[in-house]
Amino acid sequence: MEKTWNNKAWFFVTPVLVLVAISAVIPLMTVVNYAFQDTFGNNAFFWAGTSWFEEVLTSERFHSALVRNLIFSGIILAIEVPLGILVALAMPRKGFWVPVCLVLMALPLLIPWNVVGTIWQVFARTDIGLLGATVSGLGIDYNYVQNPLDAWITVVVMDVWHWTSLVVLLCYAGLVSIPDAYYQAAKIDGASRWAVFRYIQLPKMGRVLLIAVLLRFMDSFMIYTEPFVVTGGGPGNSTTFLSIDLVKLAIGQFNLGEAAAMSLIYFLIILTLSYVFYTVMTNVGVEKPQKGGDA
Amino acid sequence: MIDLSWMAWTWPTAIFFVVIFSMIALMGVWEYVSPGGAPRVGIFRFETTRGDRLFVSLLGSAFICLGWLYFTDLSLWYALIVCAAFFILVFKTV
Repeated sequence: MEKTWNNKAWFFVTPVLVLVAISAVIPLMTVVNYAFQDTFGNNAFFWAGTSWFEEVLTSERFHSALVRNLIFSGIILAIEVPLGILVALAMPRKGFWVPVCLVLMALPLLIPWNVVGTIWQVFARTDIGLLGATVSGLGIDYNYVQNPLDAWITVVVMDVWHWTSLVVLLCYAGLVSIPDAYYQAAKIDGASRWAVFRYIQLPKMGRVLLIAVLLRFMDSFMIYTEPFVVTGGGPGNSTTFLSIDLVKLAIGQFNLGEAAAMSLIYFLIILTLSYVFYTVMTNVGVEKPQKGGDA
Repeated sequence: MIDLSWMAWTWPTAIFFVVIFSMIALMGVWEYVSPGGAPRVGIFRFETTRGDRLFVSLLGSAFICLGWLYFTDLSLWYALIVCAAFFILVFKTV
């Protein structure tokens, strides 16, 4: 069918463009401007060239926070994606328990981030928290305030508790959209449970899994509130992720130029990794068109 | 006149954004002249359009400049030459 061209459609796009400009483009431009200058307040700025970028790029503190953040995102994806798929596969497709499961799954997503942090801060305490007291009662030396490994385990488990539901709900949406005919055909062919998962369910979940991986990567890479409330970035700097470090730099030390440079590098890393994820996941198994086209 | 002093504008950053927005506008003109985005499969074995190639070029250029600052003490103007070569490379091969 011939595509209908109507330039009046641009008017419908205008509000979105204005919103994106105000909420994203203009602040980003301001950050770029700040990244090349130094300020001591009072709207007085001094040209600093690329010195803030050089400072951030050679900063041991930035490297450590970046590595911590990459490890954290890797752990989160390695746990939440397979776990989310497993839970989604185990959920009922029909009957009374469907809405019950869906509501239970949605509950952690409805809790504000700082409340999640507060819940886990109390929950993991060895004196009054159910988890902390139980683990200590079992004779395990657990103290997330003093031990970096315990702090990491607490932050990871908290994130898994908070966000696996999102992966579950997305995968579940993908699973219920598979027509029964596919399962019937697999049954006739005598396909195993694994074959059904590998050749029917997993490909059909591809798109939603892409969204789940992207959302979880971006969220975990930008994580701030929950670990800040639970550990405050400690013990030492062991759970100081990039966003926590950035806030310390910008607000704690009022070093706006360096914080702006760090924000831009942080933004570029997220943008690149998200683009790579998106490109790889949308091109896996896609038939290649013919070569050609102009530059 | 709107007061934009809170955005801390400087001439170099203003020129930078003018160049970026001009490139995007130029892509619009190119699309108008030759619609369809010219999709093709390049060296990375996946389909890209002109917009993808511009995005990859800009992103790559940002990393070239950051790498330049990290590894050398030479002027960033040289990095700009490398970025221009990278642009051509991406638009020809990706």
